[in-house]
Amino acid sequence: MIIGQQKPIAVVLEMISPYEKIVLAGCHGCVTVCRAGGEKEVEIVASALRLAREATGRPIEIKEVTLERQCDPEYIEVIRPYVHDYQAVLSIACGAGVQFLAEKFPSVVCLPGLDTTFIGVTEQQGVWAERCQACGDCILHLTGGICPVSRCSKSLFNGPCGGTTADGRCEVSKDIPCGWMLIIEKLRSLGMLDSYRRILPMKKWRTSRDGGPRRIVREDLKG
Amino acid sequence: MILKAFERGADGVMVVGCLEGDCHYLSGNIRAKARVARVKALLDQIGIGGERVAMFNVSAGEGTKFARFATEMVEKVRALGPTKINLARGAKNRSESCPIA
Amino acid sequence: MKSQSNLERVLEAGHFAVTTECGPPRGANPDAIRKKGQWLKGYVDAINVTDNQTSVVRMSSIASCVILKSMGFDPIVQMVTRDRNRIALQSDILGAAGLGMNNILCLSGDHQTFGDDPEAKNVFDIDSIQLIQLVKMMRDEGKFPSGKDLDGVPRFYIGAAENPFAEPFEIRPIRLAKKADAGVDFIQTQCIYNLDRFEKFMEQVRALGVHTRVKILAGVTPLKSAGMAKFMKKNVAGMDIPDHVIKRLADTPKEEQAAKGLEICVESIQRLRQIEGVAGVHIMAIEWEQKVPEIVERAGLVPRPAV
Repeated sequence: MIIGQQKPIAVVLEMISPYEKIVLAGCHGCVTVCRAGGEKEVEIVASALRLAREATGRPIEIKEVTLERQCDPEYIEVIRPYVHDYQAVLSIACGAGVQFLAEKFPSVVCLPGLDTTFIGVTEQQGVWAERCQACGDCILHLTGGICPVSRCSKSLFNGPCGGTTADGRCEVSKDIPCGWMLIIEKLRSLGMLDSYRRILPMKKWRTSRDGGPRRIVREDLKG
Repeated sequence: MILKAFERGADGVMVVGCLEGDCHYLSGNIRAKARVARVKALLDQIGIGGERVAMFNVSAGEGTKFARFATEMVEKVRALGPTKINLARGAKNRSESCPIA
Repeated sequence: MKSQSNLERVLEAGHFAVTTECGPPRGANPDAIRKKGQWLKGYVDAINVTDNQTSVVRMSSIASCVILKSMGFDPIVQMVTRDRNRIALQSDILGAAGLGMNNILCLSGDHQTFGDDPEAKNVFDIDSIQLIQLVKMMRDEGKFPSGKDLDGVPRFYIGAAENPFAEPFEIRPIRLAKKADAGVDFIQTQCIYNLDRFEKFMEQVRALGVHTRVKILAGVTPLKSAGMAKFMKKNVAGMDIPDHVIKRLADTPKEEQAAKGLEICVESIQRLRQIEGVAGVHIMAIEWEQKVPEIVERAGLVPRPAV
């Protein structure tokens, strides 16, 4: 899922300071799972913002809503009946959601309450970690199901580098396992360590964001 | 819920849970402790003050202890005075704690 | 001969080679390089110039190499893939060759979090092994990776680094074999203090037949003090300094520890010369370059051969 983290409340207060009436929109999708932008978080953030604003003598009216998702047009339409009665929408969905709201409501100010960080998994409750860089050219079948682009700090295709620590961590941080150690261990446990000797060629980054913003069109599904 | 209490005019909130290890719901009191900690941090960040929230653990039979905690809390919040919200709303100098079991 | 490299000539003639390295200045002042060069003349077969090592910005490797070349050295351009994409790398390869460079060392590079600019964008378009392949292709096929012909072929003696002590230990010889497969001509290792472990590494390297395909130069760094040894052991990833080495220094009075460090370094070189498959030594005397002449002399490696 897409993982995000709430911006510090002081930053959000700065963003909404010109406004007296806003919509706070959460999302029942990914950001609910990573406890950043779901219904509970909408309640808490709305309360906190109201308290903070009242304490400085400038109360704010906040309409709380949690959409099914903010990345599909049908679900965004839900707020069309009232969104123009407010001065801004503060979205605590991911960056895609904030932008889609901005697109669908061109005359409405849309603000990001989250920093969208990565595509990842729940390692345990409260711990989310990056797994995928959305490079558009998946090679997981060659590396035992562990991605060198996202799990190696240098995105090496023929790692590891010389910086792996004695306990198998990345030179960048002891919180990061050496991605290539993980790949090698996995290949070993799959009995596929021979494949390590093969040199993987230069990556084609064009399918990644490097080639420009991406778009998929499925003619068979359109209209 | 705790934040709503402050929105409704509370100057302090006291959260009471069972003794650790004695929770009827097994770990409800542990989770509550974590939530109280998060709310305290949030209240600090927005300038209300995390010290206005406190959690105490007592068992149902420790009436005297409960009364003592409650008195302590009331005294503490009275000393802190009204929240900025209440000041802004022109509330009288009264302190009130809202027990939530 | 693949190149005009003096290092290649020395190694191909069967001599035990000596290389060293030089860190460029943290500014535009070329005198720092000239000074280091003056200490080293006549004691080495080639000099590496590092490429923004530990992600700390320094004068570029190629520019510094030009200065050293004008002093009569055969420089080794170090090139990391951290900061430049394949377009810039190819361009610099051609530029370095155009300026008369004969040696290139292909590296991934330390992550930018170590330097002064941790917010910089991470490039790593390709890795060190792919860079080796790239240089080899340009040299041996006279073509760009795109297939188009080169107007002037860069004839480089191609090097890379290997750390025999980083985890996973048993993979390192295979990684070295990968670099040989990619077309590397010579290797410089990370500095060695644990000679027993290095001998085990070389056993596996020989078992894979890599020592006959690639010239391996063993890395050494003289320790200035017990404190330096402890610091490096604790803080440098992939460094293996056995306790008995640290003890040898610690048991020496403080004012004599530097001399003891040099003694240990010279002993290491003498032992490394005996290991089958070790074709030379790479002396990395960090901020102590003026001691290199003494080390080379005491190890019995002077005069350097003129091939």
